[in-house]
Amino acid sequence: MQTTALRPAAAAASAHRPGARIRVPVLGAGLGVVLAVSVLFAVTIGPAQITFGEAWQSVFAHLGFGDPALSPLRDGIIWQLRMPRILTAGAVGAGLALCGAVMQALTRNPLADPYLLGLSSGASLGAVGVILLGVGVLLPVAAFGGAIVALAATLLVASAAGTLTPTRTILAGLAVSSFFGALTSLAIFWSATGDTYREILSWLLGSLSGAQWSSVAIAGAALAVVGVPLLFSGRVLDAFAFGDTAASALGVSVTRTRWIMLTATALLTGALVAVSGAIGFIGLILPHMVRLVVGRGNRRVLPLAALTGAIFLIWVDTAARTVFDPRELPVGILTAAIGAPVFALLLLRSRSSS
Amino acid sequence: MTLSPTRPAPQARPSIPPAFPQPVAAPDAAGLSARRISFSRQSTLIIDGVDCTVPVGGFAAVIGPNGAGKSTLLQVIAGILPASESATARLGDTDLVGMRRRDRARIVALAEQHSAEDSGMRVSDVVMLGRTPHLGRWQAEGAEDKRIVQDALEAVSLREFADRAFDTLSGGERQRVHLARALAQQPRLLLLDEPTNHLDVHAQLSLLSLVRAQTASGLTVVAALHDLNIAVAYADHVIVLKAGRVRAAGPAQQVLTPELIWDVYGVRAEILTNPITGRPLIAFDTGDRPAS
Repeated sequence: MQTTALRPAAAAASAHRPGARIRVPVLGAGLGVVLAVSVLFAVTIGPAQITFGEAWQSVFAHLGFGDPALSPLRDGIIWQLRMPRILTAGAVGAGLALCGAVMQALTRNPLADPYLLGLSSGASLGAVGVILLGVGVLLPVAAFGGAIVALAATLLVASAAGTLTPTRTILAGLAVSSFFGALTSLAIFWSATGDTYREILSWLLGSLSGAQWSSVAIAGAALAVVGVPLLFSGRVLDAFAFGDTAASALGVSVTRTRWIMLTATALLTGALVAVSGAIGFIGLILPHMVRLVVGRGNRRVLPLAALTGAIFLIWVDTAARTVFDPRELPVGILTAAIGAPVFALLLLRSRSSS
Repeated sequence: MTLSPTRPAPQARPSIPPAFPQPVAAPDAAGLSARRISFSRQSTLIIDGVDCTVPVGGFAAVIGPNGAGKSTLLQVIAGILPASESATARLGDTDLVGMRRRDRARIVALAEQHSAEDSGMRVSDVVMLGRTPHLGRWQAEGAEDKRIVQDALEAVSLREFADRAFDTLSGGERQRVHLARALAQQPRLLLLDEPTNHLDVHAQLSLLSLVRAQTASGLTVVAALHDLNIAVAYADHVIVLKAGRVRAAGPAQQVLTPELIWDVYGVRAEILTNPITGRPLIAFDTGDRPAS
C-alpha cells in the first residue's frame, strides 16, 4: 500500500503544525508592537503632502506632548480624518476576526463568519432605510437596529425548530439573510438614483471612509465591553472540540453557553457593522491563518486573531484610501480581493495535508 | 452531532422472565447506584425504569442489541440527558441527579466513540480538556494540572505522544487519548460508550486492560460494549438491556447464558472456555433456539 510508505513523512510534517511551540505571549507582544507601529505609520500615509515628522508631531501634540507644527487644516487631516479612521479600522478588524474565530468554534464549521446569523443583511436593510427611504435616525443606529432584528429572527427560527444546534443555527441564519437581502434589493431597485446608489453600494461592500471619533467610540466600546470577555472564552470553546456531548460531559452547559456566546458575538458584530458596513472575509479568513501558525487551541487563537485582524484592516484600509488616489475604494473590495485567493490557497493546503 | 440517534420505538414489552438474574441492592454503598432511570424523546420511551448497581472499583458492562438504550443510559447517568422525575443516581453518598453540571464533571467522566474528525489539537491539549471542570473560566492551568495530564498520558502508555498532533494518531491511539482525557478529570466514575468500536483486536485488548488497571485504585467503570466476548473477558458485572429495559444483571459468568443470548439477540450461543485466559468464550451462530 503506497499510503503506508508515505505515512511517516506526512505524520512528521503535520506533527509540527500544532506542535511547534511558538511562545504565544512572545507572539502576542510582537503583534502588539506591530499594531502600535502600524497606527503610527498609517497616519503618515495619504495624499496630502504631510511628512512623517509633521504627522507624528501633530499626533503627539493632541496627546499632550509638545506643540502642533501644522496649520489647523492640515492638523485636521491628521487628527479628524486619518486618526479616527485608523483606530476604527483597528477596532473593526480586531472585532471581526475575534467574532469569526468564536463563531467557527461555536458551530464547529470552518465556513462560519461573524455575519452567520443574518447580521449583515439586517444591518444593510437598516442602512438602506436611512440612505434611500429617509428614515429619520442616524445611520449607525439604524444599521445596529437592523442587525439586532435579524439576530432575533434567526435565533427565534432556530430555537423554534428545537434545541439550538449548529446546523439549525446556520440554516436559520441563511433563511433570514436571504429574506432581508431580498427586502434590501427591492428597496434599492425601487428607489435608488445615481448618487444614493453609489453611497449604498459603498456601504454594502463595507467602507471606513465615514469614520469619525464617534465611530471609534462605538467600535471601541463594543470591543471593550463584549470583545474582552470573549477573548477569555477560549477554554469553554475548546470544550466543544469533540462535540456537544463531550462538552456537556466536561461540565459545560451546552445550550446556555451557545445562546450567550452567539448573542454576545452578534452584538459586537452589530456594533462593528454599524460603523463600517459589512466588511467581508476578515472574520472568515484571519482565524484560519492564525490557526495555521499556532494550532487550534482557542486560548491562543482568539487574542492573536484579534491582533492580526486589527493590523490587517489598518493596512488594507490604508491601501484602499491611497493606492487608487484620487479614487477611494470601499475597503470590502480589497479585503475580498486579498481574502479570496488566500482562502483558496488555504483550501488547497488543507487538502494536501489531509 | 454526537447525541444518540433516535431509537426505534420499543413496543410490546414482554414481562421479564424471572429465570435470569436480576439486579440486587448495592453491596457496597460507595459505588454507583442508579434507580428507575427513564428517558423519552419525542414521546418515545427509549429507556424505561432501568436500575444499575456497580460496587466501587467494579467494572460493569452494559450490553444489548442496537437501539437497546445503552448510550442513553450512560448519558443520563452522566447528566448529559435529563433524568426523569422519579430517577435517582448516587455515587457513594453523592446525589448525581441534583448536582451542578460542573461539579458532576469533577467526579463523573464520559469517553465516547469518536469518528475521525480534524481537531487540529495536540495530544496534550486534548487531555488538558479533562481539566475543564476543575479550572475557572479565567484561570490558567497550573503545574498541578500539567502533572495530572502527564500522569493520564502515562496511564494510557502515551507519554511520548504529548506533543504529537492528535489527527496523526491511529484510531486505537486516539481512543487512548480520549481515555486519558477522561482520566484527567480525576473521576470516581468512568463511563465508556462503545470504546472499542472500529479498533483492531490489539487496540481493543490494550484499551480495556488499561481501563481494568484503573479500577484497582477504586475507579468504578461502566462501559457500553457490543462485543460479548470483550464484555465477559473484562467486566465483573453485566447489565443486559433489551428495548430500553433491564433483561438481566449480575456477575458476567452467571448472566451470559445461551438462553439469555438467544432471548436478547436471537442467536445461538455456546459458552466455552478461552484456552489462553481461562475466562468464558462465547461462540455464536444463527439458527434455531438451543435446546435447554
